[in-house]
Amino acid sequence: MNTWIERQRGLIDTTVANLRRRKARNLGLLLAYVLLVFLLASVVLFGDGMRREARLLLEEAPELVVQRLTAGRHDLMPAQWLERIADLRGVAAVEGRLWGYHHDAAVGANLTLQVPREAAPAAGRVHLGATLARLRGLAPGDVLSLRDHAGQPHAFVVEALLDSRSELVSADLVLLGEADFRAFFGIAAGLYTDAALRVVNPLETRTVAEKVLARLPATRVISREEMRRTYDAVFNWRQGLPLMVLSVLLAAFALLAWDKASGLSAEERREIGILKALGWDSGDVLAMKLWEGALLSLLAFLLGYTLAWLHVYYAGAPLFEPVLKGWSVLYPHFALAPEVDISRIVSLALLTVLPYVAATLVPVWRAATLDPDEVMRE
Amino acid sequence: MIFQPAALALALLLASSLNALGLAVAGLFALRMLRHWHPDIGSEAQIALERRTHLVSTLVVLSLLLSLPMLALFTHTADAMAPFFAGAMCAVGSLKANAWGLPALAVMLVGFFLAAAWLVLHRLDTRGWDQPLLLAKYRLLLLLAPLALAQAALLWLYFGGLKAEVITSCCGSLFGPAATGTLAELSALPEAIARPLFFLTLALTLAAGATLLVRGRLGRAFGVLAGLNFVVALAAIVAFIAPHIYEQPHHHCPFCLLQAEHGYAGWLLYPLLFLGTAAGLGAGLAAGVRAQSLHNEAPRLAAALARIAVAALASFGAAVSFYLWRSNLVM
Repeated sequence: MNTWIERQRGLIDTTVANLRRRKARNLGLLLAYVLLVFLLASVVLFGDGMRREARLLLEEAPELVVQRLTAGRHDLMPAQWLERIADLRGVAAVEGRLWGYHHDAAVGANLTLQVPREAAPAAGRVHLGATLARLRGLAPGDVLSLRDHAGQPHAFVVEALLDSRSELVSADLVLLGEADFRAFFGIAAGLYTDAALRVVNPLETRTVAEKVLARLPATRVISREEMRRTYDAVFNWRQGLPLMVLSVLLAAFALLAWDKASGLSAEERREIGILKALGWDSGDVLAMKLWEGALLSLLAFLLGYTLAWLHVYYAGAPLFEPVLKGWSVLYPHFALAPEVDISRIVSLALLTVLPYVAATLVPVWRAATLDPDEVMRE
Repeated sequence: MIFQPAALALALLLASSLNALGLAVAGLFALRMLRHWHPDIGSEAQIALERRTHLVSTLVVLSLLLSLPMLALFTHTADAMAPFFAGAMCAVGSLKANAWGLPALAVMLVGFFLAAAWLVLHRLDTRGWDQPLLLAKYRLLLLLAPLALAQAALLWLYFGGLKAEVITSCCGSLFGPAATGTLAELSALPEAIARPLFFLTLALTLAAGATLLVRGRLGRAFGVLAGLNFVVALAAIVAFIAPHIYEQPHHHCPFCLLQAEHGYAGWLLYPLLFLGTAAGLGAGLAAGVRAQSLHNEAPRLAAALARIAVAALASFGAAVSFYLWRSNLVM
């Protein structure tokens, strides 16, 4: 075992010396390699971060949301309907929710107006999302003026700004009292946007959903699990898109690596010839060349992954943000929580290192099996 | 097709495809090799063949290096995909989401052990001056190459055929009391039989390994026992080790062991078992080699492999004993 390790150490020493001697040549390949790892890792880290964020958000969502459908479209739900599902076995609580969208011409974006479940602002007062407040230049105490459904201006006093930690959901959020909400949108008392159900036993969610549908056939029931899956699917799809584009890059990189590995300089050929004349066999040269690739890959992977880590978690992933986050006018600013996932590192390593190995293997073998006599005669 | 966790699936497909490509090339070469190999003739063709053996052995080494992370990644991906299938709660549900998941896993396992065996033969072969195992080596390669192709094809079929709306079954229905089939029968194996059987087989295997190390005998028996021990250990995990770790008498799933709730016990147990079994099989193989030119080298390699195998299997036994001792379950 020891002699084996010693042999490998010797080979690594030779390889490092070789790499250092041909700095310029290897630097170009290394740069391309680092760039490739950086791009792929950025996409993967950012997509995973978004997925985790969405999952955390949904943890507090109600198990079931019931929406009334009229002619297949979402409609307001009368309060009597809430009572009809409240006494279903397995339902812990039913709650009518009030929320809606409002196009704000001043910002050119859709705002989400919502009546919070508890601690609603007093009449004439609102709580604002941080991004919206920034865009409209508002601070607590200022007045937010919006045109209601009839075109009449409504003035609200900004009471507080929402915690910027939840900016992913609260970027465009305006929280207001129930009376203000109904007056603003012209929604009569006794009507709700939809209903949120808390289910006692999460395992029964599916059964409760079926019962709700049996009692209120003109509704759509959305479970939290479904929402979670939808978000996951959306982010997977958005992650898959740039990955597909990058796979072209992967192929290009493999070509570059193949070209670099097969184009041995005369000097290198002579070197291999001399080594073999000194008693190295093809296996030794092959091992040396494979070490060269392994060291280069390791270096490139560590550099690229670290850069991607900084790019995503500290710089906010400016390169891929639009594709992965979606196309919203009000961009929330938020930092993703850093996380290390070994399976992602393994899969990224497979994705980047394997094409390199595959592309260089045959040229490396060719180089290793060169005939010393033939090379030295050249 | 779902690309859930996109990068994982892509990495697996890329790795298995390249692996299949490499081994297919190696397999074609093996065919030519078996037909045209004449070491006593110094012709151009013969020298070209000799050169190519370096390429082929590198390919198989890389393939083996790849197969363990791929196996781990595949089970992990299946585990991570479980929330996407109604009814799935761990890797079993995802693997059973279509017909190709479990066969793909089985082929990966067999491929791993065969590649390990090939490497043992290869190492010995290059040590003997007359390359006594050359033909055996290339015959084995003819088995390895189609397996790699099958593995890649199964993975493509599996990931390509995944549909989220399929209702799959939880491990409870595969390893539960209501199920039928081999797996269910394994889980129904009473602990009173499975436990002594497991420890007896492990003890016999370790004893054979120790005899090989000390006396240099019983090598082939050790190889056979290591293989037998693998099967018995898997059955024991399903029958009583897993329920003890979960502390639930009816939860027999060997895949839930990989989850965080159970302290990642599977990630400790399986690698030890796989490593021990691969090394044990290799030791048996090396001890069985009777070539004249290897009469020094073969026992030496057998002993080295037996050391690894005994260490890994003993650690595996210790880990299992620890889990059993810690468990509050009385069956």
